[in-house]
Amino acid sequence: MRVSVLIFPGSNCDMDAIHAWSKVLHAKVTPVWHKDHDLANPDLVFIPGGFSFGDYLRSGAIARFSPVMNDVAAFAKKGGYLFGVCNGFQILCEMGLLPGALLTNKHLKFLCQDVNIRVASTRSPFTANLTKDRILHIPIAHGMGQYFADEDTLDRLEDGDQVAFRYCDAAGDASDAANPNGSARSIAGITDAAGRILGMMPHPERHAEAELGSVDGATLLSCIMQHLSKAA
Amino acid sequence: MKKVRVIVRLRQGVLDPQGKTAEHALHSLGFEEVRDVRIGKYIELELDETLEADKLHEHVKEMCDKLLANPVIEDYEIVEG
Repeated sequence: MRVSVLIFPGSNCDMDAIHAWSKVLHAKVTPVWHKDHDLANPDLVFIPGGFSFGDYLRSGAIARFSPVMNDVAAFAKKGGYLFGVCNGFQILCEMGLLPGALLTNKHLKFLCQDVNIRVASTRSPFTANLTKDRILHIPIAHGMGQYFADEDTLDRLEDGDQVAFRYCDAAGDASDAANPNGSARSIAGITDAAGRILGMMPHPERHAEAELGSVDGATLLSCIMQHLSKAA
Repeated sequence: MKKVRVIVRLRQGVLDPQGKTAEHALHSLGFEEVRDVRIGKYIELELDETLEADKLHEHVKEMCDKLLANPVIEDYEIVEG
């Protein structure tokens, strides 16, 4: 599988993502600078975390107008797969490819910690190989991770089985206490209606090797890889 | 040169934790009359006056819709002059 990892000024999880995809999952990875006009014919475009353009104005607001994003939008329109983590999720929302927005964490603090997330849907190929309700142990690191959408949009997401992950406690309960940032309905990640675009705040690429605490992230990344390798 | 100001506010119903924190701080300073605090953004634009006023206003609106505000969470107000 070929993965193109986008890099913006201020991206800081790009190297982690490239490491996880290439060294752990053995995908063919191409780093793509935001001013490039060639996505290198990927099966998947991965938009990593960080603080693109210093998070100025709003997280992801400037990055969405980078030259390469025209190619990304065209790739998505053709049915290409997009995977955005943290700032990548924020960028996908700013582009309007995913509904909603990410607001400042409810308690204002920047949160850098391990959390539990529950697989809320196995509809899309990003989670199809996981068991529904499986708990994954994955870190978060964000100041603006509070998922927000109006009630109608939230209902639509749930009706369409588009909520991929919810924050939960160790027993899998998506309680308020286990919701680190105040996200609406404990949402940690969503897909688009077609199930080809995933955005999530937690960082699977940071838990890709046992030495770093868990391999749950690698398990998650491997789902879409298996799907796209089969398709190829 | 024409100066246009844009005020961006979080929409009603969107939680504003920053405003809440400032509200609590004002209460602890003794300003008990404070009922609500909402914190937004103030943007000043300096624009060439090569376009006529209507067109210029239209452009500023477009700037807000495309970049300066996110309609999912924010409202904006354009103040001219």
